[in-house]
Amino acid sequence: MTGKRANVFETKKRRMLTEILVSPFLDYEFMRRALVGSLALAVSGAPLGVFLILRRMSLAGDALSHAVLPGAAIGYLVAGLSLPAMTFGGLVAGLVVAAATGAASRFTTLREDASLAAFYLVSLALGVTLVSLRGSSVDLLHVLFGSVFGLDDSALIMLAGVSTLTLITLAVFYRALVVDTLDPLFLRQSSRFGELVPFIFLGLVVLNLVAGFQALGTLMAVGLIMLPAAAARLWTHELSIALALAAGVAAFCVYAGLVFSNETGAPTGPAIILAAGLVYFVSLIFGRAGGVLRLKPPRKHLEG
Amino acid sequence: MTAAPASIRLVNLTLGYDRRPAVHHLEGEIAPGAALAVCGPNGAGKSTLLKALAGLLTPLGGRIERGGASAREAAYLPQLAEVDRSFPINVRDFVATGAMRRVGLFGRLDAAERARTTEAIARVGLAGTEDRPIDTLSGGQMQRVLFARLLVQDQRVILLDEPFGAIDEATTEDLLGLVAQWRAEGRTVVAVLHELDLARRAFPETLLLAREPIAWGETRAALCAENLARARAMSEAYDRQARECLRDEEASHAH
Repeated sequence: MTGKRANVFETKKRRMLTEILVSPFLDYEFMRRALVGSLALAVSGAPLGVFLILRRMSLAGDALSHAVLPGAAIGYLVAGLSLPAMTFGGLVAGLVVAAATGAASRFTTLREDASLAAFYLVSLALGVTLVSLRGSSVDLLHVLFGSVFGLDDSALIMLAGVSTLTLITLAVFYRALVVDTLDPLFLRQSSRFGELVPFIFLGLVVLNLVAGFQALGTLMAVGLIMLPAAAARLWTHELSIALALAAGVAAFCVYAGLVFSNETGAPTGPAIILAAGLVYFVSLIFGRAGGVLRLKPPRKHLEG
Repeated sequence: MTAAPASIRLVNLTLGYDRRPAVHHLEGEIAPGAALAVCGPNGAGKSTLLKALAGLLTPLGGRIERGGASAREAAYLPQLAEVDRSFPINVRDFVATGAMRRVGLFGRLDAAERARTTEAIARVGLAGTEDRPIDTLSGGQMQRVLFARLLVQDQRVILLDEPFGAIDEATTEDLLGLVAQWRAEGRTVVAVLHELDLARRAFPETLLLAREPIAWGETRAALCAENLARARAMSEAYDRQARECLRDEEASHAH
């Protein structure tokens, strides 16, 4: 008798879980689109984040994400809420700021971080001013935080295209990128392409930020790039594993964020980033390759 | 090694940053197969000269003639601090990057290249550490790894920037053994050294630099007490009002 009741209860619970975790994606097309689009973004952005961290450029990604804003805003002013216009504007603005920062740190006495900070603060101010001059605060929120449930065909194709291009470029330039991060002088000394590698890398970062801002918004897109990467670095010393792990963590966070957002009505971008934040904090404590618990009194030491 | 190495000629070479010379009007020739030590006080322009020889720095004046060879046909050992030792890469992969000139950025590491890597690691005495991440190595072990990469690079000109700084005696001896082998193979070795005794022992030729060349020649003669005193007197002062150097114009008027 009790066994049967427990069984019914189990079935009920299972159905409830299915309803929360699976049904939304079966029932609603906009959920499927949101999932596919942000998965594409997760899989290509997170490995870039791993390299950003290794190159000590974690904040550069943040700065570049702000730099995309005025370009998108100008696109918005010219063509309204049109994806191609805003994307193109954001892309141009991001690349200009990336190049200007590189040039400023090379030809002036300011270091790269100072130039980045300067450029992105100006960009952000410019972007917010431009958007609010013409549009409503709803538009501004849309640009800042994205609308992952509003992904149309062209947006999906762009996300998939950027993701594919990023992964292929990373695979082709993997050796160059590794050596440039590890020992840039060596790369410059032994290869003609050495000087180009940092620009190719920054170009990919900008591309992913621009692709991300439609889905998550400019401010949240960088979170999906950095947080899973930081979490992955806390679990492994092996670069190839860290890259795959970061992509996996990002994909999981996208899914968890979408489910949470669908259940509670919370905005999706922040929900995804909060999920990533949760994984990051758990990794900070339990991470086997850098977490806090690693500091507990070690097991008996080895012989040699 | 490919064809017989050509000599490297420094013609009225001036190097520096922001128009400020770090090496001033240097003239000389590094013969093929030479073993040249570059000594001098801090700030004398030794590392700057090495960077220029490696093709990493464009001269402010004068030129470096390599007899048709490219600057990329030199293997350059940077100071230890210039390598990011926290990067997650193991010893084998790090040493294998030395094959870059042959396999390029995109080519495949074939069995011969992998064998070369393994052999280089064994020759610097690190056999068995292939799978260790480089951030677990001591300073001396890391220097051995960098030498293994030089072995894999297999270039006819080898440039070493402070190869024995902060390295214990045993490691120094082993690495000096490699330098001796390179000399026996007819390669050109140029090394920035702070340890004058090492220069006297292992390098027949020395350039004593204090921005201006103080002496260039047989090591014991170049490192005599009088020359060393002159090098020490080098002014490190940074003259804000420094005027344009007119030495080249004066020289051309004299002819």
